[in-house]
Amino acid sequence: MNQTEKKAQKETIKKVLNYIKPYSIYVLFSIILASVTVILTLYAPILIGKAIDFIVGKENVKFDAIFLILKQLGVIIICTAVAQWIMNLCNNKITYSVIRDMRAEAFNKIEILPLSYIDSHSSGELVSRVIADVDQFADGLLMGFTQLFTGVITILGTLFFMFSINVWITLVVVIITPVSLLVAAFIAKRTYSMFRLQSETRGEQTAFIDEMVGNLKVVKAFGHEKEAIEKFDAINEKLEKYSLRATFFSSITNPATRFVNSLVYTAVGISGAFAGIYGIITIGNLSCFLSYANQYTKPFNEISGVITELQNALACAARIFELIEEEPEVPDYLEAPENIVLQGNVLLEDVSFSYSKEKKLIEHFDLNVKAGQRIAIVGPTGCGKTTLINLLMRFYDIDSGEIKLDGNNMNRLKRKDVRSSIGMVLQDTWLKIGTVRENIIMGKPDATDEEIKKAAKATGAHNFIKRLPNAYNTIIGEDGGNLSQGQKQLLCITRVLLLSPPMLILDEATSSIDTRTELMIQEAFHKLMEGRTSFIVAHRLSTIREADVILVMKDGMIIEQGTHFELLKKNGFYKNLYDSQFANV
Amino acid sequence: MKSLLVYLKDYKKESILGPLFKLLEASFELFVPLVMAAIIDNGIGNQDSFYIIKMCFIMILLGIIGLICSITAQYFAAKASIGFATKLRHSLFSHIQGFSFSDMDTLGNSTLITRMTSDINQVQSGVNLVLRLFLRSPFVVFGAMIMAFTINREAAYIFVCAIPFLSLVVFGIMLFNIPLFRKVQMNLDRVLGITRENLTGVRVIRAFNKEQEERQQFENYNKALTKIQMFAGRISALMNPFTYVIVNAAIIALIWKGAIQVNLGIITRGEVVALVNYMSQILVELVKLANLIITVTKALACAKRIETIFEVESSEKNIDLLSDSLENEVHSETENYITFSHVGFRYKGASEEALTDISFEVKRGQTIGIIGGTGSGKSSLVHLLPRFYEVTNGEIILDGRKLSDYSLAELRAKIGIVMQKAVLFKGTIRENVCWGKKEATDKEMEEALTISQAKEFVDGKKEGMEFKLEQGGRNLSGGQRQRLTIARALIKKPEILILDDSASALDFATDAKLRHSIRTMKERPTIFIVSQRAASIQSADQILVLEDGKLVGVGNHDKLLKECLVYQEIYYSQFPKEEVTA
Repeated sequence: MNQTEKKAQKETIKKVLNYIKPYSIYVLFSIILASVTVILTLYAPILIGKAIDFIVGKENVKFDAIFLILKQLGVIIICTAVAQWIMNLCNNKITYSVIRDMRAEAFNKIEILPLSYIDSHSSGELVSRVIADVDQFADGLLMGFTQLFTGVITILGTLFFMFSINVWITLVVVIITPVSLLVAAFIAKRTYSMFRLQSETRGEQTAFIDEMVGNLKVVKAFGHEKEAIEKFDAINEKLEKYSLRATFFSSITNPATRFVNSLVYTAVGISGAFAGIYGIITIGNLSCFLSYANQYTKPFNEISGVITELQNALACAARIFELIEEEPEVPDYLEAPENIVLQGNVLLEDVSFSYSKEKKLIEHFDLNVKAGQRIAIVGPTGCGKTTLINLLMRFYDIDSGEIKLDGNNMNRLKRKDVRSSIGMVLQDTWLKIGTVRENIIMGKPDATDEEIKKAAKATGAHNFIKRLPNAYNTIIGEDGGNLSQGQKQLLCITRVLLLSPPMLILDEATSSIDTRTELMIQEAFHKLMEGRTSFIVAHRLSTIREADVILVMKDGMIIEQGTHFELLKKNGFYKNLYDSQFANV
Repeated sequence: MKSLLVYLKDYKKESILGPLFKLLEASFELFVPLVMAAIIDNGIGNQDSFYIIKMCFIMILLGIIGLICSITAQYFAAKASIGFATKLRHSLFSHIQGFSFSDMDTLGNSTLITRMTSDINQVQSGVNLVLRLFLRSPFVVFGAMIMAFTINREAAYIFVCAIPFLSLVVFGIMLFNIPLFRKVQMNLDRVLGITRENLTGVRVIRAFNKEQEERQQFENYNKALTKIQMFAGRISALMNPFTYVIVNAAIIALIWKGAIQVNLGIITRGEVVALVNYMSQILVELVKLANLIITVTKALACAKRIETIFEVESSEKNIDLLSDSLENEVHSETENYITFSHVGFRYKGASEEALTDISFEVKRGQTIGIIGGTGSGKSSLVHLLPRFYEVTNGEIILDGRKLSDYSLAELRAKIGIVMQKAVLFKGTIRENVCWGKKEATDKEMEEALTISQAKEFVDGKKEGMEFKLEQGGRNLSGGQRQRLTIARALIKKPEILILDDSASALDFATDAKLRHSIRTMKERPTIFIVSQRAASIQSADQILVLEDGKLVGVGNHDKLLKECLVYQEIYYSQFPKEEVTA
């Protein structure tokens, strides 16, 4: 590990400690109890040894003394068990509280992250930080508390007790121990590269399965099954090779360290026996030493495992912190007016915006929309029509210029007020897991059943909702689950209709609905759009012909602006686009 | 699990030798306390240094033999379990490749993918652990007890009492915890669900100002999760203290009993030490066994899930070409290329037919437009041609032969289909287009790309046809992907080309150009165009109008516009009247 990595790790540890801080009282308890547990655990063999010393031979057993020792032993065992249990509870409390706090913080951050961050990261990756990484971290933390800590104390305690019994035999143990560590480290180093190869190949295979099984219909349509199986087998064989090596070498660690342990055990046996012959130690002490020899080497083996686990946990923690520390959205303007009600006048003055510095998009753009006007945004595929929506909803902040709503600078209003005055229907229909009803009342949680039904009837959603198993109380699965694309779209529209905001944004809202259903919706929309400022993005030119202003976009830029007839007269890009719809080829 | 065991067949030797060597190792381990007892009694007791050294060599020897046995066992176990998983993976993948469209609809892609990946991995580690440990741990536990019996019968009874107690605690806690862990998982899934929802639906959630409520909801889920985690943790926390108490209580009893026996001169002091050692060994093994059982239960559940996939028999009927069906080929020399007669089709498990009583005829080289609302059965209709689904009523004749008389390979080779969803695969553009024809020449490639209107953007890439696509073609826009899927179908030079709403991501201008260039192809295939856009199918030779799975209109544009009510509705919703007449 190089210097910067070490420093980063130190930083992470510091942050982890910050999270643990509120629970420091538990940590303190845990430490005290761990020490108590370890010391008592180590004291037990001494008592057992003493008891054995009183068992000398036939008719040479001091029962009184043994009874006394065993009584002590019983008390100590109970105390150890209780201390251990409470320590475990403390560790549980610390670990689960810390990760609860972390998860909450990560989630809260997600709620205020700028859209640019969320758009540029896959949701799977972010979810895995909040879930998988946090879990992994919890495992590491718990292990660290229970094993690393008690492990270290056990080693120190054992050394202390052993030295107090006999220095020489202890030295024998101390000298041999590093061998066990060396062996473990040696194997770990060798296996690491094999594990990497294994997980790389596994990743390759998963990606391949993802593609071929996920799109099996295409595979079948092109009769590509045989090739797919061949390629799969090639990867599969590679995986077999790497897996075998990784699994085998990693499973050597255990027997190897066990062998080293048995060497330690033997060494204690031999030196202890000789010491016994010369009367340096008693048999009881020897038996005590033997059980120490077992206890002493175990933490060493565990610690090497725990350290990898901890390092892994720290890496996870670092990823979580990265998310938690991400720069949030610019907070709302402090002196923003409360509960402002907007009419729907929109003014864009000299607006410039781009997603990245290298690629300029919108530059010095002006647009004046009066309340109730209809703005159509048109252009070929991928021309950046959604950019304008991102700006109007303030999902992204503009780089320069001003967007004014009813004369107020948008950035000086509360996001909440801006967004609640705009009803949005996006191309990707998104519904949350929950009932149909819950999805419809998203914008208006206090809506009555009457209102809901009325809105649903207006959009035509009522027709299919009433046929669902539990009508409005039917649970919709993840991502709309069992509904068709068109039905989902209808629900999204109903959701907005119920909210009845002064402004509307319709992003190709009807592209996935067949034209007859669309006709129905359009009627509802016509009613809805009456007196409301609306921005419409659609491929269907016929639906936007009646717009007051048409914005023609290409390559992210607005290249033409005007009414349908103005633009046709202009004989420019719009004219081209419009004609192609009627071109009879 | 039983039916999966056949994949271990080739590893019989390994699966038997692995556990066997493990047992050998365990037996050697069991001798160690006895040797130690001998050292104490004979070596120290008689002050015999030579004896001590001898015994220590025996101990090291036992260690070395143990090491060799155990490494051998690990090797066999690894080999058997990984070979097993590899074979299993291969045959599951092949099995899945044989599924029909109906099978896939019922099973779902994500299920199949999980079975292929994490479930098999889980089973693999289960097999590995079973081979390594499943025999070993009980062997050590009972072995230790038996060794105790060889030392002293009375003392051994303490083992007989302690082992059930220990097992009760270890397995009891484990059994109690398994359902708890399931609950933890359920709570975790809820937390995961809401997190994902807030990322995928971020725009909607923010547009509706739901952040505060979502936070509240998350907090509730998070708290519930923590609560159940802590509860489960509290139960597991009992394991160590409890077992510690039991084992040490047993040791106390052993010492007391041992003291009495030594006093009577029945056993020696060294043997008491050995008994205490055996008791400690038991504890370690029981805890290992408990962990093993958790892994094995998980693996068994996964194995069961995999088995259910194997149990699904492919419903794809593939007829080997029989000679007599070939003779039938010329049974009618009609000019009709494709004939649907009273075709009905129902999806598996559906209560109603998706298509009902469809009859129409197509001549070679015609262009057929299919239009209708969502769910009217447009896609279902064209999916019957390559026999992605089998008709449930009536029959389809292609080129004078019943569709069901073709082998699937033969049939699908004739048909090029472009599906609604533009699916591409990781690899270069060339590799993707070559799915249609393996050894396509550069000229053929160029031609296909030109017709599909993809040439311009492909040429725009620095790498041209060698441009590498990421998984799913993510690094292309929707329209670009769609054009490539069209090229992929065209390069096949199919007799029948099906465009299943495959221009939806194209703007009108590109769509028009595409149709024009397909129309002017040299060897023009019979074309089916499914679309919601009237403009796309307007100029077809025949237009099929579908509603609710029924054919409500057949004819060309002019005829339908006059006669078919549904067609009129569709058409005028896209081209308002005044515009058309103007």
